[in-house]
Amino acid sequence: MKKTLNLVLAGVTAMGLALSAHAEDYITLASTTSTENSGLFDSILPKFEEASGIAVRVVAVGTGQAFELARRGDADSLLVHDTAGEKRFVENGYATERADVMYNDFVLIGPESDPADVRSAKTAAEAFAAIANAEAPFTSRGDDSGTNRAELRLWENAGVEPGGDWYRELGSGMGPTLNTAAAMDAYVMSDRATWVAFGNRQNLTLVFEGDDVLFNQYGSLLLSEEKHPHLKHGLATKWHNWLISEDGQRAIADFKVNGEQLFFPNAK
Amino acid sequence: MENNAFYVALSLLFSLDAALFQIVMLSLQVSLLAVLIAAVLGFPLGAAVALWRFPGRGGVIVMLNALMGLPPVVAGLMVYLLLSRAGPLGELGFLFTPGAMVIAQVVLVLPILAALSRQKVEEMLGEYREQFVSLGMSRARMMPTLLWDARFALLTVLLAGFGRASAEVGAVMMVGGNIDGVTRVMTTAIVLETGKGNLPLALGLGIVLLTLVILINAGAYMVGELTRRRTG
Amino acid sequence: MTSLSASHRVSSTIAPPPALRFEGVTFSHEDKVLLGPCSFTLDGIGPTLVMGPNGAGKSLLLRLAHGLLSPGQGKVSWSGGTPPRQAMVFQQPVLLRRSAVANLIHALAVNNVPRRERGKLALGALERFGLAACAKTPARLLSGGQQQRLTLARAWALSPQVLFLDEPTSALDPAAIKAVETAVHDFHQRGTRIVMTTHDIHQARRLAGDVLFLSGGKLREHTPAETFFNQPVSPQAQAFVAGELVE
Repeated sequence: MKKTLNLVLAGVTAMGLALSAHAEDYITLASTTSTENSGLFDSILPKFEEASGIAVRVVAVGTGQAFELARRGDADSLLVHDTAGEKRFVENGYATERADVMYNDFVLIGPESDPADVRSAKTAAEAFAAIANAEAPFTSRGDDSGTNRAELRLWENAGVEPGGDWYRELGSGMGPTLNTAAAMDAYVMSDRATWVAFGNRQNLTLVFEGDDVLFNQYGSLLLSEEKHPHLKHGLATKWHNWLISEDGQRAIADFKVNGEQLFFPNAK
Repeated sequence: MENNAFYVALSLLFSLDAALFQIVMLSLQVSLLAVLIAAVLGFPLGAAVALWRFPGRGGVIVMLNALMGLPPVVAGLMVYLLLSRAGPLGELGFLFTPGAMVIAQVVLVLPILAALSRQKVEEMLGEYREQFVSLGMSRARMMPTLLWDARFALLTVLLAGFGRASAEVGAVMMVGGNIDGVTRVMTTAIVLETGKGNLPLALGLGIVLLTLVILINAGAYMVGELTRRRTG
Repeated sequence: MTSLSASHRVSSTIAPPPALRFEGVTFSHEDKVLLGPCSFTLDGIGPTLVMGPNGAGKSLLLRLAHGLLSPGQGKVSWSGGTPPRQAMVFQQPVLLRRSAVANLIHALAVNNVPRRERGKLALGALERFGLAACAKTPARLLSGGQQQRLTLARAWALSPQVLFLDEPTSALDPAAIKAVETAVHDFHQRGTRIVMTTHDIHQARRLAGDVLFLSGGKLREHTPAETFFNQPVSPQAQAFVAGELVE
């Protein structure tokens, strides 16, 4: 009996050791599903790790949750796409510095048949108005993410208050929302990166792109040492500086899916 | 061909992909360790509730039964708030580690093991009680005897707990963060691939997970049958 | 064989049990008096056969004596204050889901018998009751007769000063009944007080030293077997011995 107990204890200890985090240098980065799902991190993180010896552990969540993680001190660094929210984060003292890193753009996706005739729209406002007038099915993230906030601003620009049977708020991430749109033959607004890398398109196709208001800026934030002294500020600063350095910017530009560049570096 | 989930599942299994192997191993380690810890705590707890009469006992039983249906994401949220830097155990730096995932799954599995073992032990106690009192056994002394004699029923309970642990995604996603190479397990990988629209790959991973769970259940069933035949 | 005779020597040294006293003992369930009030003293080693028709309260009396139940009123006590080592054999054998020998070892363990003595005591008891060959057999796969012998072997290993048996043969065939009666005889030889219920008057005639006769929850008489079977005192016992239907 005692032998068995010892064996079990030894087993538990061994498993516990196997499960504890590695001792190497790493930071935890809170970022958005769009960057993770597109495959950007798989492409640029090895380059950063090679240059710095620092591993980056990405927790990919909605922009709202990413802010919350950083506010509570659970992430060392933040890379999100809600410029207004990011500036407020700095003003409130949770971050000391914000830098533009890259942008991509939002695109309107819809069924091949295009029942609302979005393709003939000249501006994003026209395109959104056309969907509302036709009462064509539209799936919205509805999760207070960066993309969701941008979408709501675009409805406002179009002078439409979205609602009714045709407007479906899903409360889901970008990928699940695209899956639902594909199943429903609905219109949906997506960031370009997630769309290009998305594998389950079925009848969906890109129906509108190119308006300046569809611009989607990503920013990196240096978190406050004062609020959370335990965070790995030194390592996080290296990551932040690398992102906006020549090397980091080139790594972002080099990331392509099917030959298409998905993120455009624009650090100043 | 590459759009067929079964083809994907088979090629995943036979290519012995290193990343997949790591994900599978982590899934197994996290869920098995969670079930082990939950058993060490839950079986004596269930047996104690079966053995002792105390005020509020009915309430405890109702709570345990109700918590069997605790949504994983709620368990995840509770453990997240506990382990978050701003939370009471934040100093441990446990968040976004496999250890955090183990804790979350213990929270999910413990009520199942305690509630079901309470039921099994109570049934058995009804049969044994007079003999135990006749032998002069205290309640505390009855506990190990009952747990050992209920071992075959408890093995099934253990499998139910393992099923819950290995199948859930909400809790491990929240406290593990689905970090590539660190806290990514089968279920969170499936969610990620579904999000990317790689449905065949997601379903392929699902088939791999299902295969594993079937193998573990078959193994446990065989061990149970063999020992049952030997010891009755 | 040497180990058997050795255990025989040890067994003959069982200390005489203290007297068991019932004083106005009553047991009720939901306001219905099921037994008592009854008073008696057992101070020999019997065998005491508790007799009476079904529902007379025989099993209740045994359980009150053994301490499985507490009386609603009155007092069950042992002279000297401390209860003796005692064991009970039930109508339905209650056996753990383990091998025959493991059942005995468990009983010894909970009675604080030192670990190194348990195996020898258990095997000795199995041998005495003809179960040595099935020591490793799961107890619950044994036949009904073997199971009842196993519960007797378990009691034997504990060297009880008092042994209670509640209708131990009611579910058994004649060969198995014989084995149980032989066992009762052996326990008695060893100095263990036997208190046993039965509804089989022939069995009682074979075994009894004295008889406690119950009917309708009341103790009707407590007399030596000789007296009970030849000149019963109470009218209920007279009818019972004569083979009439008694309530």
